Amino acid sequence: MTSATTASATKLWSGGKSPFNVEYGKLMMWYFLMSDAFTFGAFLIAYGTTRFATNGWPNPNYVFNSFPGMGAGLPLLFVSLMTFILIISSVTMVLAVHAGHDMDKKTVAKYLILTILGGLAFLSCQAWEWTHLHSEGAWWGRNPFLNADGTASTTNFTNFFFTITGFHGFHVFSGVCINIIMLIMTLRGTFERKGHYLMIEKAGLYWHFVDLVWVFVFTCFYLI
Amino acid sequence: MEHTIASLEHEHHVGGGKKEIMKVTLILSVLTLVELGLGYSMIGMADGLLKHFIKGVICILMLAKAFYIVGYFMHLKHEVRNLVMTVIVPLFLFVWFIVSFLADGNSYKILKNNYDRHHKDASMQKVEKKPEGHGEKE
Repeated sequence: MTSATTASATKLWSGGKSPFNVEYGKLMMWYFLMSDAFTFGAFLIAYGTTRFATNGWPNPNYVFNSFPGMGAGLPLLFVSLMTFILIISSVTMVLAVHAGHDMDKKTVAKYLILTILGGLAFLSCQAWEWTHLHSEGAWWGRNPFLNADGTASTTNFTNFFFTITGFHGFHVFSGVCINIIMLIMTLRGTFERKGHYLMIEKAGLYWHFVDLVWVFVFTCFYLI
Repeated sequence: MEHTIASLEHEHHVGGGKKEIMKVTLILSVLTLVELGLGYSMIGMADGLLKHFIKGVICILMLAKAFYIVGYFMHLKHEVRNLVMTVIVPLFLFVWFIVSFLADGNSYKILKNNYDRHHKDASMQKVEKKPEGHGEKE
Protein backbone atom coordinates (compact mmCIF):
# COMPACT_ATOMS: atom_id res chain seq x y z
CA MET A 1 0.00 0.00 0.00
CA THR A 2 2.84 2.38 0.83
CA SER A 3 4.49 1.98 -2.55
CA ALA A 4 1.16 2.55 -4.26
CA THR A 5 0.70 5.74 -2.26
CA THR A 6 4.08 7.17 -3.20
CA ALA A 7 3.76 6.16 -6.84
CA SER A 8 0.46 7.97 -7.19
CA ALA A 9 1.34 10.83 -4.86
CA THR A 10 0.84 13.46 -7.54
CA LYS A 11 -2.28 11.84 -8.92
CA LEU A 12 -3.71 11.70 -5.39
CA TRP A 13 -4.44 15.42 -5.41
CA SER A 14 -5.39 15.88 -9.05
CA GLY A 15 -9.05 15.33 -8.31
CA GLY A 16 -11.57 12.65 -8.99
CA LYS A 17 -10.92 10.72 -5.82
CA SER A 18 -10.68 11.12 -2.09
CA PRO A 19 -6.99 11.82 -1.32
CA PHE A 20 -7.21 10.53 2.23
CA ASN A 21 -9.47 7.66 1.24
CA VAL A 22 -11.79 8.29 4.17
CA GLU A 23 -15.17 9.78 4.44
CA TYR A 24 -15.50 13.44 5.52
CA GLY A 25 -17.06 12.68 8.90
CA LYS A 26 -14.36 10.22 9.82
CA LEU A 27 -11.60 12.65 8.89
CA MET A 28 -13.20 15.35 11.02
CA MET A 29 -13.57 12.88 13.88
CA TRP A 30 -9.82 12.30 13.68
CA TYR A 31 -9.13 16.02 13.86
CA PHE A 32 -11.57 16.46 16.71
CA LEU A 33 -9.85 13.65 18.60
CA MET A 34 -6.47 15.25 17.93
CA SER A 35 -7.70 18.51 19.47
CA ASP A 36 -9.20 16.59 22.38
CA ALA A 37 -5.83 14.91 22.86
CA PHE A 38 -4.34 18.37 23.30
CA THR A 39 -6.96 19.24 25.90
CA PHE A 40 -6.20 16.14 27.91
CA GLY A 41 -2.50 16.63 27.28
CA ALA A 42 -2.70 20.16 28.66
CA PHE A 43 -4.37 18.87 31.82
CA LEU A 44 -1.83 16.11 32.29
CA ILE A 45 1.13 18.41 31.64
CA ALA A 46 -0.26 20.91 34.16
CA TYR A 47 -0.45 18.03 36.61
CA GLY A 48 3.11 16.94 35.80
CA THR A 49 4.47 20.47 36.09
CA THR A 50 2.81 20.97 39.46
CA ARG A 51 4.11 17.62 40.66
CA PHE A 52 7.65 18.50 39.57
CA ALA A 53 7.32 21.87 41.32
CA THR A 54 6.19 20.37 44.64
CA ASN A 55 8.44 18.95 47.35
CA GLY A 56 6.24 16.03 48.41
CA TRP A 57 3.37 14.10 46.90
CA PRO A 58 0.90 11.53 48.31
CA ASN A 59 1.55 7.88 47.60
CA PRO A 60 -1.14 6.60 45.20
CA ASN A 61 -0.78 3.08 46.58
CA TYR A 62 -1.87 4.45 49.93
CA VAL A 63 -4.63 6.74 48.67
CA PHE A 64 -6.27 4.36 46.22
CA ASN A 65 -6.19 1.12 48.17
CA SER A 66 -9.82 0.15 48.66
CA PHE A 67 -12.07 -2.30 46.89
CA PRO A 68 -15.86 -2.38 47.34
CA GLY A 69 -16.79 -4.99 49.95
CA MET A 70 -13.18 -5.91 50.67
CA GLY A 71 -12.01 -2.94 52.72
CA ALA A 72 -8.69 -1.14 52.48
CA GLY A 73 -5.12 -2.31 51.99
CA LEU A 74 -5.54 -3.44 48.38
CA PRO A 75 -3.53 -1.05 46.24
CA LEU A 76 -4.02 -1.05 42.45
CA LEU A 77 -6.69 -3.75 42.55
CA PHE A 78 -9.78 -1.64 41.89
CA VAL A 79 -8.12 0.47 39.21
CA SER A 80 -6.94 -2.72 37.46
CA LEU A 81 -10.56 -3.81 37.28
CA MET A 82 -11.54 -0.43 35.81
CA THR A 83 -8.72 -0.61 33.27
CA PHE A 84 -9.71 -4.08 32.10
CA ILE A 85 -13.38 -3.11 31.86
CA LEU A 86 -12.42 -0.27 29.53
CA ILE A 87 -10.08 -2.42 27.41
CA ILE A 88 -12.73 -5.12 27.01
CA SER A 89 -15.40 -2.58 26.06
CA SER A 90 -12.98 -1.23 23.47
CA VAL A 91 -12.62 -4.74 22.06
CA THR A 92 -16.38 -5.23 21.83
CA MET A 93 -16.57 -1.89 20.00
CA VAL A 94 -14.01 -3.09 17.42
CA LEU A 95 -16.07 -6.23 16.99
CA ALA A 96 -19.20 -4.09 16.44
CA VAL A 97 -17.39 -2.08 13.75
CA HIS A 98 -16.17 -5.34 12.23
CA ALA A 99 -19.72 -6.73 12.13
CA GLY A 100 -20.80 -3.47 10.52
CA HIS A 101 -18.48 -4.16 7.57
CA ASP A 102 -20.31 -7.44 7.05
CA MET A 103 -23.68 -5.60 7.29
CA ASP A 104 -24.58 -7.94 10.13
CA LYS A 105 -27.21 -5.96 12.02
CA LYS A 106 -27.79 -8.46 14.83
CA THR A 107 -24.09 -8.81 15.70
CA VAL A 108 -23.57 -5.03 15.57
CA ALA A 109 -26.42 -4.58 18.04
CA LYS A 110 -25.09 -7.34 20.30
CA TYR A 111 -21.59 -5.86 20.52
CA LEU A 112 -22.92 -2.33 20.91
CA ILE A 113 -24.98 -3.48 23.90
CA LEU A 114 -21.87 -5.11 25.40
CA THR A 115 -19.89 -1.90 24.81
CA ILE A 116 -22.57 0.20 26.48
CA LEU A 117 -22.62 -2.20 29.45
CA GLY A 118 -18.83 -1.91 29.71
CA GLY A 119 -19.08 1.88 29.69
CA LEU A 120 -21.76 1.84 32.37
CA ALA A 121 -19.70 -0.57 34.46
CA PHE A 122 -16.72 1.78 34.24
CA LEU A 123 -18.85 4.77 35.22
CA SER A 124 -20.25 2.82 38.18
CA CYS A 125 -16.72 1.99 39.31
CA GLN A 126 -15.76 5.63 39.07
CA ALA A 127 -18.88 6.71 40.95
CA TRP A 128 -17.98 4.28 43.72
CA GLU A 129 -14.40 5.47 43.86
CA TRP A 130 -15.37 9.14 44.00
CA THR A 131 -17.96 8.45 46.70
CA HIS A 132 -15.40 6.51 48.69
CA LEU A 133 -12.75 9.25 48.40
CA HIS A 134 -15.35 11.86 49.29
CA SER A 135 -16.28 9.90 52.41
CA GLU A 136 -12.60 9.98 53.36
CA GLY A 137 -12.67 13.76 53.14
CA ALA A 138 -11.15 14.20 49.69
CA TRP A 139 -12.74 16.64 47.25
CA TRP A 140 -11.84 19.72 45.24
CA GLY A 141 -10.10 21.98 47.72
CA ARG A 142 -9.85 19.31 50.43
CA ASN A 143 -7.01 16.82 50.77
CA PRO A 144 -6.96 14.54 53.82
CA PHE A 145 -3.93 12.58 52.59
CA LEU A 146 -0.36 13.18 53.66
CA ASN A 147 2.65 13.13 51.38
CA ALA A 148 4.49 9.83 51.04
CA ASP A 149 7.20 11.15 53.42
CA GLY A 150 4.68 12.11 56.11
CA THR A 151 4.69 15.86 55.46
CA ALA A 152 1.56 17.92 54.87
CA SER A 153 0.22 17.78 51.32
CA THR A 154 -1.43 20.50 49.27
CA THR A 155 -4.86 20.36 47.64
CA ASN A 156 -3.19 20.17 44.22
CA PHE A 157 -3.31 16.40 44.49
CA THR A 158 -7.08 16.11 44.89
CA ASN A 159 -7.83 19.04 42.58
CA PHE A 160 -5.94 17.45 39.70
CA PHE A 161 -7.26 13.98 40.44
CA PHE A 162 -10.93 14.98 40.46
CA THR A 163 -10.60 17.38 37.54
CA ILE A 164 -8.80 14.98 35.23
CA THR A 165 -10.62 11.75 36.11
CA GLY A 166 -13.84 13.78 36.09
CA PHE A 167 -13.13 15.12 32.61
CA HIS A 168 -12.33 11.60 31.47
CA GLY A 169 -15.48 10.25 33.13
CA PHE A 170 -17.48 12.92 31.31
CA HIS A 171 -16.00 11.63 28.05
CA VAL A 172 -16.98 8.08 28.99
CA PHE A 173 -20.48 9.31 29.76
CA SER A 174 -20.84 11.08 26.42
CA GLY A 175 -19.37 7.99 24.72
CA VAL A 176 -22.05 5.83 26.33
CA CYS A 177 -24.73 8.29 25.14
CA ILE A 178 -23.33 8.21 21.60
CA ASN A 179 -23.24 4.42 21.66
CA ILE A 180 -26.86 4.27 22.86
CA ILE A 181 -27.87 6.49 19.93
CA MET A 182 -25.90 4.19 17.60
CA LEU A 183 -27.71 1.19 19.07
CA ILE A 184 -31.13 2.78 18.54
CA MET A 185 -30.22 3.71 14.95
CA THR A 186 -28.94 0.18 14.32
CA LEU A 187 -32.06 -1.45 15.72
CA ARG A 188 -34.30 0.87 13.69
CA GLY A 189 -32.44 -0.18 10.55
CA THR A 190 -31.15 3.30 9.71
CA PHE A 191 -27.71 2.04 8.68
CA GLU A 192 -29.15 -0.91 6.80
CA ARG A 193 -31.19 1.49 4.71
CA LYS A 194 -28.15 3.74 4.18
CA GLY A 195 -26.20 0.72 2.99
CA HIS A 196 -23.22 1.18 5.31
CA TYR A 197 -22.32 1.25 8.99
CA LEU A 198 -19.71 4.05 8.76
CA MET A 199 -21.43 5.91 11.59
CA ILE A 200 -20.51 3.08 13.96
CA GLU A 201 -16.88 3.54 12.93
CA LYS A 202 -16.95 7.20 13.93
CA ALA A 203 -18.56 6.39 17.27
CA GLY A 204 -15.95 3.63 17.61
CA LEU A 205 -13.10 6.10 17.07
CA TYR A 206 -14.45 8.25 19.88
CA TRP A 207 -14.86 5.24 22.16
CA HIS A 208 -11.31 4.01 21.53
CA PHE A 209 -10.04 7.49 22.23
CA VAL A 210 -11.72 7.37 25.65
CA ASP A 211 -9.90 4.09 26.29
CA LEU A 212 -6.66 5.64 25.04
CA VAL A 213 -6.96 8.60 27.41
CA TRP A 214 -7.57 6.22 30.30
CA VAL A 215 -4.25 4.51 29.50
CA PHE A 216 -2.54 7.84 30.18
CA VAL A 217 -4.67 8.90 33.14
CA PHE A 218 -4.26 5.48 34.75
CA THR A 219 -0.50 5.60 34.36
CA CYS A 220 -0.09 9.18 35.54
CA PHE A 221 -2.33 8.98 38.62
CA TYR A 222 -2.18 5.42 39.84
CA LEU A 223 1.13 3.97 38.71
CA ILE A 224 3.79 6.66 38.80
CA MET B 1 -22.19 11.59 -1.08
CA GLU B 2 -23.23 8.25 -2.51
CA HIS B 3 -20.37 8.42 -4.97
CA THR B 4 -17.87 9.14 -2.21
CA ILE B 5 -19.00 6.21 -0.09
CA ALA B 6 -18.86 3.87 -3.09
CA SER B 7 -15.35 4.97 -4.04
CA LEU B 8 -14.21 4.32 -0.47
CA GLU B 9 -15.41 0.77 -0.49
CA HIS B 10 -12.07 -0.97 -0.81
CA GLU B 11 -10.92 0.78 2.37
CA HIS B 12 -12.61 -1.78 4.59
CA HIS B 13 -10.79 -4.78 3.25
CA VAL B 14 -7.36 -3.54 4.25
CA GLY B 15 -6.06 -5.08 7.47
CA GLY B 16 -8.28 -5.98 10.39
CA GLY B 17 -9.91 -9.34 10.79
CA LYS B 18 -11.00 -11.06 13.97
CA LYS B 19 -7.63 -12.71 14.41
CA GLU B 20 -5.86 -9.36 14.50
CA ILE B 21 -8.39 -8.02 17.00
CA MET B 22 -7.78 -10.96 19.32
CA LYS B 23 -4.03 -10.63 18.97
CA VAL B 24 -4.12 -6.93 19.87
CA THR B 25 -6.46 -7.63 22.80
CA LEU B 26 -3.96 -10.15 24.11
CA ILE B 27 -1.05 -7.73 23.67
CA LEU B 28 -2.93 -4.95 25.48
CA SER B 29 -3.86 -7.27 28.36
CA VAL B 30 -0.30 -8.53 28.75
CA LEU B 31 1.11 -4.99 28.66
CA THR B 32 -1.41 -3.93 31.32
CA LEU B 33 -0.50 -6.89 33.50
CA VAL B 34 3.20 -6.08 33.18
CA GLU B 35 2.45 -2.44 34.11
CA LEU B 36 0.51 -3.58 37.15
CA GLY B 37 3.30 -5.98 38.12
CA LEU B 38 5.79 -3.12 37.94
CA GLY B 39 3.36 -0.96 39.93
CA TYR B 40 3.19 -3.59 42.66
CA SER B 41 6.97 -3.96 42.65
CA MET B 42 7.29 -0.24 43.46
CA ILE B 43 5.19 -0.45 46.63
CA GLY B 44 7.34 0.36 49.62
CA MET B 45 10.39 0.98 47.43
CA ALA B 46 12.58 3.89 48.47
CA ASP B 47 12.94 6.79 46.01
CA GLY B 48 16.02 6.28 43.92
CA LEU B 49 17.42 5.37 40.57
CA LEU B 50 15.65 1.99 40.38
CA LYS B 51 12.24 3.53 41.06
CA HIS B 52 12.80 6.17 38.40
CA PHE B 53 13.89 3.45 36.00
CA ILE B 54 10.71 1.43 36.64
CA LYS B 55 8.61 4.55 36.14
CA GLY B 56 10.38 5.11 32.82
CA VAL B 57 9.64 1.54 31.76
CA ILE B 58 5.97 2.03 32.68
CA CYS B 59 5.86 5.16 30.49
CA ILE B 60 7.32 3.24 27.56
CA LEU B 61 4.75 0.46 28.03
CA MET B 62 2.05 3.14 28.15
CA LEU B 63 3.19 4.47 24.77
CA ALA B 64 3.22 0.90 23.39
CA LYS B 65 -0.39 0.47 24.51
CA ALA B 66 -1.31 3.79 22.91
CA PHE B 67 0.33 2.61 19.67
CA TYR B 68 -1.70 -0.60 19.59
CA ILE B 69 -5.00 1.14 20.40
CA VAL B 70 -4.51 3.90 17.82
CA GLY B 71 -2.86 1.72 15.19
CA TYR B 72 -5.16 -1.29 15.27
CA PHE B 73 -8.38 -0.52 17.16
CA MET B 74 -8.66 2.93 15.61
CA HIS B 75 -7.32 1.50 12.36
CA LEU B 76 -4.84 4.32 11.80
CA LYS B 77 -2.12 1.91 10.70
CA HIS B 78 -4.22 1.00 7.68
CA GLU B 79 -5.06 4.56 6.63
CA VAL B 80 -3.39 6.59 3.88
CA ARG B 81 0.04 7.87 4.92
CA ASN B 82 -0.83 11.54 4.38
CA LEU B 83 -3.81 11.24 6.71
CA VAL B 84 -1.69 9.53 9.36
CA MET B 85 0.84 12.36 9.14
CA THR B 86 -1.76 15.12 9.55
CA VAL B 87 -2.86 13.47 12.79
CA ILE B 88 0.47 12.31 14.20
CA VAL B 89 2.86 15.15 13.31
CA PRO B 90 1.05 17.87 15.35
CA LEU B 91 1.16 15.55 18.36
CA PHE B 92 4.95 15.82 18.37
CA LEU B 93 4.39 19.20 20.03
CA PHE B 94 3.95 17.11 23.14
CA VAL B 95 7.65 16.31 23.15
CA TRP B 96 8.39 19.99 23.64
CA PHE B 97 5.50 20.40 26.09
CA ILE B 98 6.71 17.59 28.30
CA VAL B 99 10.39 18.51 28.24
CA SER B 100 9.98 22.24 28.82
CA PHE B 101 7.07 22.23 31.25
CA LEU B 102 8.48 19.53 33.50
CA ALA B 103 11.88 21.24 33.46
CA ASP B 104 10.18 24.52 34.31
CA GLY B 105 8.30 22.92 37.20
CA ASN B 106 11.50 21.41 38.50
CA SER B 107 13.38 24.72 38.21
CA TYR B 108 10.56 26.50 40.08
CA LYS B 109 10.84 23.96 42.88
CA ILE B 110 14.60 24.42 43.16
CA LEU B 111 14.38 28.22 43.11
CA LYS B 112 11.63 28.25 45.71
CA ASN B 113 13.54 25.91 48.00
CA ASN B 114 16.68 28.05 47.67
CA TYR B 115 15.15 31.48 48.10
CA ASP B 116 12.09 30.83 50.26
CA ARG B 117 13.45 29.11 53.35
CA HIS B 118 10.09 29.25 55.06
CA HIS B 119 8.51 27.30 52.22
CA LYS B 120 11.23 24.68 52.44
CA ASP B 121 11.04 24.34 56.23
CA ALA B 122 7.24 24.12 56.11
CA SER B 123 7.38 21.38 53.50
CA MET B 124 9.88 19.42 55.61
CA GLN B 125 7.65 19.51 58.69
CA LYS B 126 6.25 16.06 59.33
CA VAL B 127 2.63 15.91 60.39
CA GLU B 128 2.41 14.22 63.80
CA LYS B 129 -0.92 12.51 63.65
CA LYS B 130 -2.65 11.27 60.54
CA PRO B 131 -6.08 12.82 59.95
CA GLU B 132 -9.13 10.81 60.92
CA GLY B 133 -10.74 8.06 59.01
CA HIS B 134 -8.27 6.50 56.61
CA GLY B 135 -7.02 2.90 56.48
CA GLU B 136 -3.98 2.09 58.54
CA LYS B 137 -1.91 0.27 55.96
CA GLU B 138 0.96 1.81 54.06
